[in-house]
Amino acid sequence: MDDQRGDNWSGVSAVFSRDLRLMWRHRSDLANPLIFFLIAITLLPLGVDPSRQLLGSIAPGMLWIMALLATLLSMDLLFRGDYDDGSLAQFQLAPQPLYLTVLAKVAVYWLTTGLPLALMAPLLAVMLALPEGGYIPLTLSLTLGTAVMSLIGALGAALTVCLRSGGLVLTLIVMPLYLPVLIIGANCVSSAVAGFDYSRELALLGAGLALALIVMPPAIAGALRISSNQ
Amino acid sequence: MPARQPTEPPRLTLDNVTCERDDRVLFCNLQYNCQAGTLLQVVGFNGAGKTTLLHALTGLIAPAEGQILWQQTPIANSARAFRQALLYLGHQAPVKAHLTVAENALWLARLQGASVERLDWALEQVDMLAYRDITCHSLSAGQRRRVALAQLYMSQAPLWVLDEPFTAIDKEGVAKLEALLERHCAHGGIAVLTSHQALRVAGMQTLNLADFQPQAGASYAYG
Repeated sequence: MDDQRGDNWSGVSAVFSRDLRLMWRHRSDLANPLIFFLIAITLLPLGVDPSRQLLGSIAPGMLWIMALLATLLSMDLLFRGDYDDGSLAQFQLAPQPLYLTVLAKVAVYWLTTGLPLALMAPLLAVMLALPEGGYIPLTLSLTLGTAVMSLIGALGAALTVCLRSGGLVLTLIVMPLYLPVLIIGANCVSSAVAGFDYSRELALLGAGLALALIVMPPAIAGALRISSNQ
Repeated sequence: MPARQPTEPPRLTLDNVTCERDDRVLFCNLQYNCQAGTLLQVVGFNGAGKTTLLHALTGLIAPAEGQILWQQTPIANSARAFRQALLYLGHQAPVKAHLTVAENALWLARLQGASVERLDWALEQVDMLAYRDITCHSLSAGQRRRVALAQLYMSQAPLWVLDEPFTAIDKEGVAKLEALLERHCAHGGIAVLTSHQALRVAGMQTLNLADFQPQAGASYAYG
């Protein structure tokens, strides 16, 4: 059994380091969600009334919505490249289970998209005059929330991998599942701003992440098996 | 070739396999037994179902009827043992354009649990050692295929399933591959491949899918 575990680890780390390296070579793609996030938040005060009071009140929701859209930007490419060049078949036929490989890919996606968004959000929150006390919950909730959204989005990407223009279908599949994350996440920040305890919302997001970590990888693996047969 | 553990000799059996694609029967009642040392070339006209048969052999798709047995066990029941014994190379080379030759060969070998320490030797065998640190972006189709074929030199899997391995490979490369396949089978391995080229390998068996075409009208009998 130890031997099996060693095999699993070697295969999963191979995919993990390969994807990290690929992401690094495609640095410009990596910056796309961050630039989108930056532009959208910069335009917001220009489009609506730039008074600190109004901006501060809509800041939690706006930051969360923009972060959500930014994670969706490159989601449909998650498995596309591997599907096109036959790597996906190799994942399916490798000795380790497909859900572990999938988990490694989603982890790389989150590390290169979700985490940078969560770390950048406080800077943009300054532009929107987010009241003090909202910064830490914003980063924490986005860190957990983007991880959940990456896992959910990966299911959509797996289901639409064989469609040539799956972007819109992916959004339609994934959006309803994103809603609870958005509601809880934005709530977390606004209740912190209002001076309430926000640990309940964080705990809910954490529970959501735990559930997604258990349920999603096998579901994504199953979806990939179905899609790749088309 | 690596020394294999003294396990039971590999054996692959196709038991009454029927495959369909888009509700059309491609071939039916295919019966074949591959003992240790078998080199099997699957031939057939375009669209006869060669790739579909190889996908069924690897377990990527399930046959419509019948089953594939590895060591007398259906492959669905012993997925892990079967996948450890399998090396599959599809008609696309799983080679990433933005990774170097060595990086590409390495991730694939690690994914399959092949012996990584022979990486340089394997690249030398496919004449790609000089390109070791070049990104595959600038390589030709034949060179990319060679990068994928380097897996054959690192693999310890007894069962090779290769879909058009000779595509875009030059004459010398083909001769080298033929010698490699012969060695693999002489050591008790099994290789199943599709190719439109006539291969010069001693003891090679051919399976013509045209012999297993459904009878006219038979495909309607199921519907």
